[in-house]
Amino acid sequence: MVAWFPDWPLVAARLADELPAGVPAAVISQGRVAACSAEARAEGVVRGLRLREAQTRCTSLAVCPADPLRDAREFEPVLASLEERSPGVEVLRPGLCATRVRGAARYYGSEESAAGAVLDAADSLGIEARVGIADSVFAAVQAARSTTESVALLVLPPSTSRDFLAPFPVEALEQPKLASLLKRLGIHTLGDFTRLPLSDVRARFGDAGALAHAMAGGEDPKTVVPRVPPRKLDRQVDFEPGLDRIDQIAFQLRAPAGEFIAALQDAGLVCTELKVALLDDSGARSERLWGHPRHFTANDVVDRVRWQLQPRSADPSGGFGAGGITSAIIRVELIPGRVESITGHGQALFGEGAEEKIHHGLSRLQSMLGQEAVLVPAVSGGRVLNERRLLTPWGDPVPREAAVQAARPWPGSIPDPQPATVFASPVPVLLLDADGETVRTDQRGTLVAPPAWFCPDAGNESNAPRRPVAEWTGPWPLRQRWWDEGRRRHAERFQIVDGDGDAWLLLLTGDRWWAEARYD
Amino acid sequence: MPAALPDLPPGPLRSSPGEDLQAKIHLMQGRRTREHSFPVLPVLKGVLPGGLRPGAVYSLQGSMSLAMALLAGPSQQGAWCGVVGLPDFGIEAAAGFGIALERLVLVPDPGERWMQALAALADVLPVVLSRAPARTAPAEAARLGARLRERGSVLLVAGHWPQSEAILRVSSHEWEGLGKGHGHLARQELLLEVALRGASRSAVVDLSGTIPEDASAYRIGA
Repeated sequence: MVAWFPDWPLVAARLADELPAGVPAAVISQGRVAACSAEARAEGVVRGLRLREAQTRCTSLAVCPADPLRDAREFEPVLASLEERSPGVEVLRPGLCATRVRGAARYYGSEESAAGAVLDAADSLGIEARVGIADSVFAAVQAARSTTESVALLVLPPSTSRDFLAPFPVEALEQPKLASLLKRLGIHTLGDFTRLPLSDVRARFGDAGALAHAMAGGEDPKTVVPRVPPRKLDRQVDFEPGLDRIDQIAFQLRAPAGEFIAALQDAGLVCTELKVALLDDSGARSERLWGHPRHFTANDVVDRVRWQLQPRSADPSGGFGAGGITSAIIRVELIPGRVESITGHGQALFGEGAEEKIHHGLSRLQSMLGQEAVLVPAVSGGRVLNERRLLTPWGDPVPREAAVQAARPWPGSIPDPQPATVFASPVPVLLLDADGETVRTDQRGTLVAPPAWFCPDAGNESNAPRRPVAEWTGPWPLRQRWWDEGRRRHAERFQIVDGDGDAWLLLLTGDRWWAEARYD
Repeated sequence: MPAALPDLPPGPLRSSPGEDLQAKIHLMQGRRTREHSFPVLPVLKGVLPGGLRPGAVYSLQGSMSLAMALLAGPSQQGAWCGVVGLPDFGIEAAAGFGIALERLVLVPDPGERWMQALAALADVLPVVLSRAPARTAPAEAARLGARLRERGSVLLVAGHWPQSEAILRVSSHEWEGLGKGHGHLARQELLLEVALRGASRSAVVDLSGTIPEDASAYRIGA
């Protein structure tokens, strides 16, 4: 018995909320339509069409790129539901799975009612399914594919598979080379192919040909190899009533976190990447993936949940990052993002020396001050000095693109030596010419008057202490990404040494002066 | 980063009879005798001939480059370094001085718990650089000092510290390479006032730019 879920990549994309339901939609792979919705099909979009052509036929087409991982991930709950009705499911590929029908048929009374149970399972998830039952897996796949929306089930009685397959074209074997060759030999259908003697086919096409011959004859040697259902490693903790204090939640989580880690250890695994999902009673969900330089222990898990609950200053993804907990948390889910075999992470008999001590100390500091208080620096790319400083929380992996970015040429960067103090946010300053006017550049970027006075503290303009400018150089133009609203920059850079001997790197944007860095 | 570093002599650099005596006293008091000094860059050898003494606090006033140059010595020898309370620490300059960024940990904003953070970091990292807190109670400083001696860590404080082993104050710095409207900053020379255990003297340190002929491959601050 084969269950087929038509247009699975599209269904998966819709389940993952990457495509809207009820509008023409398509999944694109390598610039061509890999799957499309019924609405799109009504507009003339078909599989294999180029994206541009498809958009011409249907201008309102919503598209998203194909993602095999997403297909597999979204198929998992469907499989779990199928396994509840009839165990021993083999995944042929996401969207197509096979089961031995004998046991299910005996349990449900007939093959039809077994297939009905599978259709029910799909229906309960709101997914369209088709079922084909035949002697071999290949024949059952073809049977499932030849069903229609109104008649979603096709049962081939025993030993009729060969006759059923006979009119199918040779392309159905999904061996393009063999199919093309057979067609050039004048063999167009599977029926024609099966009429060739097996010994001749083996002599001409080898073992692969013989296998195709058997498949075409409905005598698929392939048997259903049921998958072993994966062990459930994630852990869900519900709070009733919801909790709105971090310490309460952390305390409640202590035991479940220990069980979570123990369950992983029983399976011979350690978790190196953890996904924590928090659900509050207003229905908001916050998910975050946490890395770990070694592997998670129970305390680390509780720490990560706590950090996720704590208000963070710069939270790009929203969630309830910005203001801490806004409403009571009713559920915490701990999902292992990546697991590794415990053998690679064993502890040495005499400890691991200095590095481990440092890791323990820094983790403790993190649980004291918050995760983003302990940082590891790396040089990244950019023209502005502060952009070149990339700080990653201890334990998180340094983004790989940092090294790539740093290796790029970045014309317009500052010549060595680099300033020792790079202000995290630029400091407003004043640079004045001999007449006490702010130094400006004209439209061509040349200096109007040379600088003469410098005020390192521009807070109070009138009586700010002035220092004479001893030496200066500039303007060095800094122009980047005029098309990019967020990262656009149009500035002039100056290096000056003031009367006190301090050296500065200044930035002129518009008519305002900033100190970007100090050489001290 | 310097291409090839001349090997610095490992192990204790102390030589004076006073320090030998002190080591003997430590030994008799049952303290661990692993007090190897941390090496300093050759340009700073004249300033701190004994290197950085474990358990000591050094007060650095007026120059971040000097702090980086002092961190670079231990870091090049494989020591982990920590930087507390300095959100403006320029890591590219640090890398230029030869500090290994992969063994550098930053705590830019410890907030209220300055002392705890400093103590926790000094527990595990051998060299820690910190800005001086706005107010340090002598008792607190003494407690931290005891902890540093116990752990054998070095604390470099940018600013004033009540009980420091040495005070390195920049009395003036001079930049070369810049003109009136041309050139770029290339070379820094610091005039230091060093107060080392009571004795005060001044020293000139060239922190950047031109490569000295004798110390072949040394290039600092680039």
